Amino acid sequence: MKPADTVGETLRRHGVSRRGFVKFCTATVTAMALPPWLGAAMAAQLSGAPRPSVVYLSFQECTGCFESFIRSFSPTIESLIFDVISLDYDDTLMAAAGDAAESALSTAMKAHFGDYVLIVDGSIPTGASGACCTAGGRSAEATLREAAKGARVILAVGTCSSFGGIPFADPNPTNAWPVSAIVGDKPIINVSGCPPIPEVITGTLLQFVTTGRIPDLDEHLRPKAFFGNSIHDRCYRRPFFDAGKFAKTFDDEGARNGWCLYELGCKGPTTYNACATLKWNGGTSFPIESGHGCLGCSEPEFWDKGSFYEAQSTAKWGRAGESSRKPLAEFAGAAIAAGAVLGVASAGAGRLRQHKLEKE
Amino acid sequence: MDLLSFARGPALKVAMGVFFVGVVWRVLALVLLRIRREHSRPRSSLLRYVSVGLFVTASRSWPHPQFVKRTGAGEALSYSYHMGLFAVVLLFGPHIAFLAGLLGIGAWPGLPSSVITAIAVVTATLFTGVLYRRVTTPVIRMISNFDDYFTWCITMLVMLTGLMTSARWGARYETLLAIHILSVDGLLVWFPFGKLMHAFYIMPSRAINGAILARKGAST
Repeated sequence: MKPADTVGETLRRHGVSRRGFVKFCTATVTAMALPPWLGAAMAAQLSGAPRPSVVYLSFQECTGCFESFIRSFSPTIESLIFDVISLDYDDTLMAAAGDAAESALSTAMKAHFGDYVLIVDGSIPTGASGACCTAGGRSAEATLREAAKGARVILAVGTCSSFGGIPFADPNPTNAWPVSAIVGDKPIINVSGCPPIPEVITGTLLQFVTTGRIPDLDEHLRPKAFFGNSIHDRCYRRPFFDAGKFAKTFDDEGARNGWCLYELGCKGPTTYNACATLKWNGGTSFPIESGHGCLGCSEPEFWDKGSFYEAQSTAKWGRAGESSRKPLAEFAGAAIAAGAVLGVASAGAGRLRQHKLEKE
Repeated sequence: MDLLSFARGPALKVAMGVFFVGVVWRVLALVLLRIRREHSRPRSSLLRYVSVGLFVTASRSWPHPQFVKRTGAGEALSYSYHMGLFAVVLLFGPHIAFLAGLLGIGAWPGLPSSVITAIAVVTATLFTGVLYRRVTTPVIRMISNFDDYFTWCITMLVMLTGLMTSARWGARYETLLAIHILSVDGLLVWFPFGKLMHAFYIMPSRAINGAILARKGAST
């Protein structure tokens, strides 16, 4: 760990030419949909900037976000951790384990107190006094609170750390919470997704490292550069929605023709992410392109918003994942029975009035 | 729980509950009332009452030739916006998904969104024309009450919020969709207690009137 190293020095040591470095910056700016002039600014800033220390903490998660992080194409994870940042602690990637790993964490936090970037992956379980997720004998909550004290900014990577994700879903057995519910006095950037797009994670990190500023965020603290548009608005199947052409099942003529998946439960209209533009696996494809509707995984409480396979305009009666049809039938039957009782009673009262009037 | 989940979940559930309870209550309370006993001799057979009742249901759906000049335009206006409403409600993709989901049946073919938007704009314009006619025609204005105006307002609110949702106008899609569904929830709650109940009353009342008149031997 050489915190005094600047990015420029590191790159020169690796034999990267200035021309190659500027090309890298331009490609990164393009991938992040930032203004073109920022390419030169990024090159100037990065070449003289010290490599910032990054601490990556994993809590109640599936490691999917980290798997995504290490598959970034632009910038690649190698170029990021060897040239741009100093990844001082990551319990999945680092060779050290046990006391050596914990020692690396405390050393990094002390050496760069107030300056390091804290990346958090996973929700923070607070049930059972934090016993649901511990490392080195400390609960996730205690580790996060301590690490957050010296962080310059916190990147909550993934829907679990951004919004609670699947652990937070009803009935939330571990009493899990997102980072923003635990830490209130530090700037937080949510990079949601289950998992997030690799380039969105690395791009957000790089944007902060380059500019030193928190990017423009939306109401859920997500960078607008990546979460500013709904997937529906940028979806290549959108013209079929406008034309009223919908796939009704996953194997019908409409599905084969690539029509809109709205009626099959696609959550694209209410999901804000860059899947339809950046795509996955180096821009190869994204779920809708592969024939499955969007699950809305980058939105808060996505797991509790009803079935993945019912259109968003439908009623949401049952619990998450349940069809709404049976609960509606039961509910409507009870309401009709109640109405019938009231109707018969009213008619009885009316007949009494009729009888009374006739007698008069 | 976000606004959209509330609108299409608990709020819709309550609204549908009020709708079902209210409609069944009001229909039964009317249907089970005793029909006044006729003491005169029937002028025709039971089969004729029924057939005349059914015939009158259709024939009274348009003014008698004698009144066409006076009320024909108003009725045409009403039929036009009703047809527009039916087209928008029954033939727009997201509405089809909603109704098919409620009924537990497969979705049916719809119209392109652009066509639905055009129909909705025309329908909202015609609906505004209906209000203009109500407030400018002395007799209609005199017999109009809060029920008429409130029913107009809530129906128009549903149309406007639907158009805004379709155009993504003014807010994010999920917010607009939630507001649209909440306006539908409001309409469902109001439905059994206001003029919207004509949807259930209008045809049976025409048929019953026709049958009673046929029994009395009146020309229909």
